[in-house]
Amino acid sequence: MHTKSWHSVGPSLDECIKCNICTSYCPVAAVTDLFPGPKYVGPQAQRFRENGQPQTPDHSVDYCSGCRVCNEVCPTGVKIAELNARARAQIVSEKGIPLRNRLLGRNEMLGKLGHIVPGLANFGLHNSFSRVMAEKVMGIARQAPLPHWSTDGSFGDWFKKTQAQRLKSDKKVVYYHGCATMYYEPFIGKATVAVFEHNGYEVLVPPQNCCGLPMLSNGEFGAAADYHQNNINKLLVYAQAGLDIVGTSTSCTLTLKEEAPELLDMDSDNAKAITNATWDIFEWLRERHELGELKTDFRQMNMVLPYHAPCQYRAHRVGKPAMDIMALIPGIDIRESHARCCGIAGTYGYKKEKYQIAMDVGAELFDFVADQGGDVEMTACDSETCRWQLEHGTDLPSRHPVEILAAAYGLYDLEKRQLL
Amino acid sequence: MNRIQTEVLVIGGGATGTGVAWDAALRGLKVVLVERRDLTHGTSGRYHGLLHSGGRYAVKDSHGAAECIAENQILRVTHAHCIEDTSGFFVVLPEDEGEYPDKFKAGCEAVGIPCVEIPVAEALRREPLLNPRISRVFEVPDGSSDSFLAAHATAQAARNAGAQILTYHEVTSLIMVGGESDRRVAGAVVHNVVTGEDTEIHADMTVNAAGAWTGKLAAMAGIEITIMPSKGTMVAMNHRLVNTVVNRCKSPSDGDIIVPSHTVCVIGTTSINVPEPEPLRIEPWEVKKMLEEGDKMVPGFAQARVLRAWAGVRPLFQDTYTSGKGRDVTRKLALLDHKEREGVAGFLTITGGKWTTFRLMAEATVDDICRHLGTERPCTTATTPVPGAEQGHYWVGHRLHEIEEKHLQSELVCECELVTRTMIENAARRNPLLTLDDLRRDVRLGKGPCQGGFCTYRATGILHEMKKAGSWEVNMSDDASSAAKWEVAYLQSPGHNLVSDADSHEDNGRAANTADSFNPNLLLRDFLQERWKGVTPILWGRQLKQERLDELIYMSLMNVDHLPDKELSSPVTEFYLFDTTPTAEEVADV
Repeated sequence: MHTKSWHSVGPSLDECIKCNICTSYCPVAAVTDLFPGPKYVGPQAQRFRENGQPQTPDHSVDYCSGCRVCNEVCPTGVKIAELNARARAQIVSEKGIPLRNRLLGRNEMLGKLGHIVPGLANFGLHNSFSRVMAEKVMGIARQAPLPHWSTDGSFGDWFKKTQAQRLKSDKKVVYYHGCATMYYEPFIGKATVAVFEHNGYEVLVPPQNCCGLPMLSNGEFGAAADYHQNNINKLLVYAQAGLDIVGTSTSCTLTLKEEAPELLDMDSDNAKAITNATWDIFEWLRERHELGELKTDFRQMNMVLPYHAPCQYRAHRVGKPAMDIMALIPGIDIRESHARCCGIAGTYGYKKEKYQIAMDVGAELFDFVADQGGDVEMTACDSETCRWQLEHGTDLPSRHPVEILAAAYGLYDLEKRQLL
Repeated sequence: MNRIQTEVLVIGGGATGTGVAWDAALRGLKVVLVERRDLTHGTSGRYHGLLHSGGRYAVKDSHGAAECIAENQILRVTHAHCIEDTSGFFVVLPEDEGEYPDKFKAGCEAVGIPCVEIPVAEALRREPLLNPRISRVFEVPDGSSDSFLAAHATAQAARNAGAQILTYHEVTSLIMVGGESDRRVAGAVVHNVVTGEDTEIHADMTVNAAGAWTGKLAAMAGIEITIMPSKGTMVAMNHRLVNTVVNRCKSPSDGDIIVPSHTVCVIGTTSINVPEPEPLRIEPWEVKKMLEEGDKMVPGFAQARVLRAWAGVRPLFQDTYTSGKGRDVTRKLALLDHKEREGVAGFLTITGGKWTTFRLMAEATVDDICRHLGTERPCTTATTPVPGAEQGHYWVGHRLHEIEEKHLQSELVCECELVTRTMIENAARRNPLLTLDDLRRDVRLGKGPCQGGFCTYRATGILHEMKKAGSWEVNMSDDASSAAKWEVAYLQSPGHNLVSDADSHEDNGRAANTADSFNPNLLLRDFLQERWKGVTPILWGRQLKQERLDELIYMSLMNVDHLPDKELSSPVTEFYLFDTTPTAEEVADV
């Protein structure tokens, strides 16, 4: 599968000099013997893989969380996490995929289903009986921090309802909200719209679907390719019109930009147009700031804020733009986490056999937050599942930096998570 | 001086020699095999590993081709575990179009080589990196062989049938008896290069299976054989760019075949006449040529990471050899009966041929031996699988699969090639072992990307510990006192080496005897030098980065240049050295 690309993922195994730096940094290998490390499952195992072998040679690659610490520390540029994702896809194509992973990959479908009667869905999912059953029947860890459906309508409902109040402007931006904002955390979308409009941008929210990342992580490459192609079809006109497509989920934006086209060998001009048009929200805001266009009429925010940059930022290769922008807010005392990963890694920590690994990986981050003292009221992180994991591991609320920014503009109530 | 009496003495521990020993032993003959180094030190251990379908000879050498396809089918049964069933493509590149492809197909049909023309699209689906401009593809039953394992397994089969296998025993002279009119070879004097002992081996029949050294050995009997040593240089890439053997569909020439071999793929070869089988120098143009030719079959080949280069010597023989071009010489086997040729009795030379036909060469040789000994015993090798064949063909992922199934991830010594500690300990106990290079042939130690960067010091430590505990002896004798059990059938399998022989060792009090022949510093130095020899010709790009890291590990961290015992050398130390004097051309470049 996907062996045709000569200059990308597969051949990057040739760059490995076996130095083991990735293995010594890997947060997963550090806490479990079930994962022999990125070098082993990545460039090393890759030399033993081939289509149509009598047996699928390996399974421990399934314990890679995909956090990409390995890619970041590799001195020679091996695309280890991507090699692993492909290896997983090959295993799925040979052995099939468990129902659980299929479900976890269909975040969007679950969002839509629960959205029909969110109160009932929340009750149905979030009671200890259901969670025990979900663990027993499907292997979804009973303690893992599953989200709640929004009982306040979806982001899409709100955006449609408030259409008349939305800012009209020559400056336009396309918002890619992702599934979590749509169905679970519409307030993130509201805060984002407020920030865009505060800066004079009209927000366009075209039809869009799941970026496909949960499927990529679970090895369902075929389905992921369909999703990505749909997004290309839906977003292409905007990209071609020269509009920026800006997202608030670091993982979704990464998938649109790079992960989907790279892993799936989708290198058409249309796919490239989407890649080039896509921005992570803070990457985009920082660009506005560098051009002197970002409003900085912030109010004083006296708070100690532990901030954890999600793993996907590593792959974006844009530094930590949310830090850069939040640092402009007067009074804010940002404490940067250097923890390698929160552990959840998308859908990884939801799996029964990986829940404890994810918590052990996250311990570094949870301890860091605890060390910041009793004044800390909340934490911040750009990625939704990371925030849920942070809340689960620290018992403190966690916010998206765009919520912090909206609050600093005086547009948003951080505690109630609603627009003012 | 020790003295051994035997019926058959086989000189040479390559594919042919072990094959002869196996065949003769199965026929109930008393056999001793001597090899000056480890098994497959010569050409058998230095070729690209192709199990020929015969396709390469189908047009020009139908006799050789017919031998190949017959033997191909036999070895798939008798040596199943030494073979990977890769299949083979003959591809027609734009520059190769013409009459040859049709001649090729007809040639295959004429000698019974199954040959199917498949759609180009199907070939590209199976081998996506193949040049999309190919116009035709023929599929033939080529395969990939592990010639190290095969020779070891054949030797074990011989030994199980009563043969004695003496590695690191060098022939110093042939025992000549009789006068001018009835001269005969009555055996040989061999020197144990490890212990320094000499042994007289008296034999009714002596077989010269010395490969590239055939001419030199024959000269000891005063016989002149024109063996044309033809050097072939091969280049191994860091990973398998193809999983099928890929041949150009044209007259065989330089760099026209890519063979997937375990975790790597090998492109070969050049064909250059050389005066001596050793030392062999790899010229820069040879490496360049291989990569350029590889690029034609697999575009981008030349940009992929190159692991190492090495050279082997084809022992080409032709009675009436005149043209001087190696590729014109027939590749069929040549059995020389020196009684008929030169009037020297008791002495046969078996040469020519190729790895794929080693069993047939052995059969012809032992048939002749039986004739000379006046006995009639049928050959049974074609229907007698060697130990380990029950495992079936190997496949590229088998080690990874076994490591994963048995959870041996933390046991790895050679991480690149997935060699566990127990595999090393058992290899040291189950067949004669002197150097880490022997271990490389036994279990693939150090053959991966880092070229010994991480496993050399680990393996040295393990052997040192075993030596100190008395659970490994450096002793090349093959008799009751020998520690080595000659069990090589499962050496390559992590899953079959879960328990170390060393653990069950009972102290026999012999450990102290052989201390001089083993020194960990020497072991380390020898292997580093051996690996270095193979990477030097390809030292650029990614492998250069690798070597820089290896250099830091060994030179900076371990200071191996200043280890004690510098004066020590092993029988192979000299072989690992190589000439680094730049050629005139290289000097001019600078």
